[in-house]
Order: sequence, then structure tokens, then C-alpha cells
Amino acid sequence: MAMQRSLDTRPPARRMSKMARREELEFFLFISPWIIGLILFDFGPIVASFLASLTEWPLLEGPKWAGLANYVTMFRDPLFFTALYNSIYFGVFSVSLGLVVSFMLALLLNQRVLGMSMFRTVFYLPSVVSGIAVAILWIMILHQDFGLINSALSLFGIQGPGWLVQPQWAKPALILMSLWGAGGSMVIYLAGLQSVPVHLYEAAEIDGAGPWQKFRNVTLPMMTPVIFYNLIVGFIASLQGFVLVLIMTNGGPANATLMYGLYVYRNAFQFFKMGYASALAWVLLVIIIVITAIQFRLANRWVFYEGDLRR
Amino acid sequence: MAATNTALPASTSKPALGIRRSRTLKIIVVYGLLIALSAVFILPFMWMVSTSLKEQRDVFTYPPSFFPSSFIWQNYPNGWNLLPFNTFLRNSLVVTIANVVGNLLSCSLVAFGFARLRSRFSNFLFILLLATIAIPREVTIVPRFLLFKEVGMLNTLWPLILPAWFGFPFFIFLLRQFFMSIPRDLDEAARIDGASTFTIFWRIIMPLSGPALATVAIFAFIGNWSNLLDPLIYIRSTELYTLALGLNLFRGQNFTQFNLLMAVSIMTLIPVLVVFFLSQKLFVQGVQLTGMGGR
Repeated sequence: MAMQRSLDTRPPARRMSKMARREELEFFLFISPWIIGLILFDFGPIVASFLASLTEWPLLEGPKWAGLANYVTMFRDPLFFTALYNSIYFGVFSVSLGLVVSFMLALLLNQRVLGMSMFRTVFYLPSVVSGIAVAILWIMILHQDFGLINSALSLFGIQGPGWLVQPQWAKPALILMSLWGAGGSMVIYLAGLQSVPVHLYEAAEIDGAGPWQKFRNVTLPMMTPVIFYNLIVGFIASLQGFVLVLIMTNGGPANATLMYGLYVYRNAFQFFKMGYASALAWVLLVIIIVITAIQFRLANRWVFYEGDLRR
Repeated sequence: MAATNTALPASTSKPALGIRRSRTLKIIVVYGLLIALSAVFILPFMWMVSTSLKEQRDVFTYPPSFFPSSFIWQNYPNGWNLLPFNTFLRNSLVVTIANVVGNLLSCSLVAFGFARLRSRFSNFLFILLLATIAIPREVTIVPRFLLFKEVGMLNTLWPLILPAWFGFPFFIFLLRQFFMSIPRDLDEAARIDGASTFTIFWRIIMPLSGPALATVAIFAFIGNWSNLLDPLIYIRSTELYTLALGLNLFRGQNFTQFNLLMAVSIMTLIPVLVVFFLSQKLFVQGVQLTGMGGR
């Protein structure tokens, strides 16, 4: 990755001179806002949250030591598993389908067609507007009787389902909605495609590679770091996202869209069980660390970094 | 979808006679797909606008019509005036501007430290910085809430503003990458002339970093404008509501009045759309510059 490469270029550390010590002091002065924020808003809370997870803490009364009770409760709590399942389901499908859609869009836009920037704007725009206005828009688009999607389906004589009302359709509906925002990663893929050196294609052509072979052996390998990064970030983000769900379905119907983040939020700010919410949050942290670690391990097998050639 | 795959590379390395025909075919296929997909992506917006202009009774007709029978522009002021949206707008502006300024100042300071100043700890701290991007919000959300409760800032705008003044890893990363691309000769020349480190930062690096700073400002603006979660947690009184919260309240009260709902939603989106269209190039470049794709 770029960052790794650039870190390497730094001059090797010498023995500390007076000037070097002064520079280090200045370094810490400059980064102090972040350090303070890190302690105040990240590390402090993480430690606090771990301690809180070992307590029973109704917001109005204050914490009472409970040991591992919250974690034990969790494994007997069917909603915990429902929420975990829903989030993983949503994460896997929205991220993988999103990858396919945004990569295809990027490939299309990379064809040097006239009006490319206009098409790019159209695809990109939905990912820029987010939040509640979009949630409201999609509640309407997915409406059983008057929604855009079901009206379109009725043109073909298909009676669409109650997207957000029927448990088996609620998650697919949210995934569909997430695909509308595929333009965000499309822009990144497009940049990646445009930075693939032309000489690689030329070399492949000289070797007699056809279009498919060029795609398979040049484009795809060069894009794996970008794809990899997007997969990780996308999946982790989708494990956490729940604000739209909170607005659109509030976890219903029949807990079909009860996402993990929503369950944490509910326990903390609706049931005011700070201890249990913290325990749930900590389990999520561990899950995310594990997923990230596994993904990095797997990445060594299939992600191709250009820098590898030079070493 | 499958068609794109085969259609894309079809142009090159074909026998000379076939080239022109296959190229024409390819252009037709590419444009056909682009236009069809654009329609799919743009339709929700059109639907939004058309609904916002409909009469209440036209919203729930069956089968639904795409075009309003008459254009009711009055929906816009009517919706806006049902709730104190002017107050919400003011709160959103205060919060968003405070976030943008805070992010710009704090992130550029930190980024300069990482880009230009040597320390034995800088590699480690930079990796730590990147690692914090992955910390899930849920883990910090509860203790942060308790922290702000402890210092008596619940139901004020402070919890929405303060964190921005302590850096944001993603922006720090973006600015650091940009600062590193500025030639060091410039600061060395200034240093020989006796400039302090802060002078170099403020007088040399910052003025040269317009595009990167603008990108951070835009991302910060758009990210904060639509932020719903934090206001939802920290704000209780209606007079402190941001637009996102106000819109949520509005939806709760008027959930059958889709036309008004859409009209107000569109109005809350206008600033985002304006910023996006004014700065589209920067925006896209920013995404690419960060290598948000990790390269």
C-alpha cells in the first residue's frame, strides 16, 4: 500500500541530537489534538466500555458489578443471534452485490465514451445524498401499493411484495436500496482502472492476449488491492450501519431487519441497559478485529501489490 | 451484466476488416447499457420531485401516476412551515460549519506532524491512527454518551461539535498524503530564512494545499449535514433539533402526507446537491487522492 511504501522512504533514525529531540517535541505538539481526542473519545471509551460491560448499569441508578453475567446472558439471548445473523446477511449480500454493480459501472465508464462525466455524476449522486431524506424516499419507493418498484413490476403483470412489511422481503429490500449507492465505490474502481499502466496492456497484446485474457490477467490483478480494501471497509461499515434501518423499519417486521448496531442502540438508549449494551458492543469489536485479521491473512493469497515485484 | 463483460474488450486485436464493425457494435452496447442504467439510478430522484409536486389525493391513486396532474409548488412552503424548520436549519448550519472548521484546523495540524516532522514514534502512531478507522461506533457510543452526560453537555450542541476539533483519522490520512507530495525544498528554504515550524505549516504548506483542504471541507460538510445518529442520541429539545432530526419528527407527524414529506426532504438535500455540483471535480479527485482504494 502507498502508506507502507512511503513510510519506508523515511531516513533511518539516528541517535537523538538536540535538534532531533526538538523536532520530536514539535511532532507531538502538532499531533496533540489527535492524541487528546484518541484518549478522550476512543481509548477512554473503549476501556470504559469494557468495564461497563462487566456491570449491570441501569442509566438512572449507576453501575453494579456483575462479572461476566452480561456475556452469559448474551449467549442465551435469541435476539443477539438474530441481530448478528441479520447484520452478516446484509453485509455479505450488500457488499458482494455492491462490488459487482460498482465494478461493472466502472468498467462501462472506463470505455472513454462521450459524456462520461455526465454518466459518472448520475451514478455517483445517490451515494452522496444519504441520511433520512433518502430513507424517506425509499420507504416510498418500496411502498407495497403506491411505490415506484411495485408500479414498475405491475407494468409486467407482476404483483410486487410488501417489501418492508413481509419478513422475507425486508432484508432484500434494504440490500436493493444499498445498491443504489454503489456509485461511491464505483468512483474508486474507476480511478483504479485508469491508473493501470498502458504498457501492461501493450505487453499483453504483444504476447497475443485477447480481450478476456487482458481483463483476467492484467486488469483484475492490478485491481485486487482496491477491491480488497473496499470489501473490508464495506463489510465492516455494513456491520455497523443501522440508522437507516432505525428510521425505515425499526428492526421489523418480526425482527427481520434487527441489525446488530440497532440492537446495541436499543439496549443503551431505549432500554437504558448500559452494561448489556457495552457487552454487545465489545463482542462486535472482537468480531470486527477477527474479520479484519482473517481478511488480511486471506489477502496474501490473492491480492497483488505492484510493489511486490520490486522487492 | 454479463453482456458488459464480453462487450468491453471486444474492440482490440481483431482482424482489420472486423475492427470498424465490432467497434460500432461495442459503442452501441456501451451506450445502451449506460443510458438504461442511468435511468434506473435517476428514477428515484424524479419520483421524489414528482411526488413533492402532487396534490395529496394524487399520491395514493391506483395505478400510481408518474406525473402530477397539476404542479403544487405550494407544497414546499406548506411543508416547511408545519414545523420550525428555520430553527432546524440554523442549528444544522451551526453544527456543520463548526465541524468543517474544526476538522480543517485539527486534521491539518496533525497531518503536518505526520508528513513533515520526524519522531521515533511517528510510524507506530500513524499505524495506530489508521487502525482507529476500524473502531466500531457502537463501542464508543455508550461511553461517549456517559462522558457527555457527566460533564453536563446532554441536550446541547456541544457533543455534535467537539469531537471534530480533535482530528478525524480519515481526513488526517488524506491531508498527510497531500502534504507529502509538496516538495520539501520549499520548507527547507524557509527554514534557512529562519522560519519556525509553525510558520512553515501556516504560510507554506497550508496555502499550497487548497484542493486537499477543500476536499476535506466538502466531505466534512456532507457527512455532518446528514448525520442523524448523534443528534438522535444527544438532543432532546425541539429548539436544538438539526434538520435531520426535524425531518424525522416531521415524518412521525405527517407520515401519510408523502407529497409534503418529499418536498421537505428535497429542501434538506439542496445544500448537499449544491456543494456536490459546485465541487464535483474536487470531490471525485479527493476520493481518488486518498486512494480510499488503499493503493
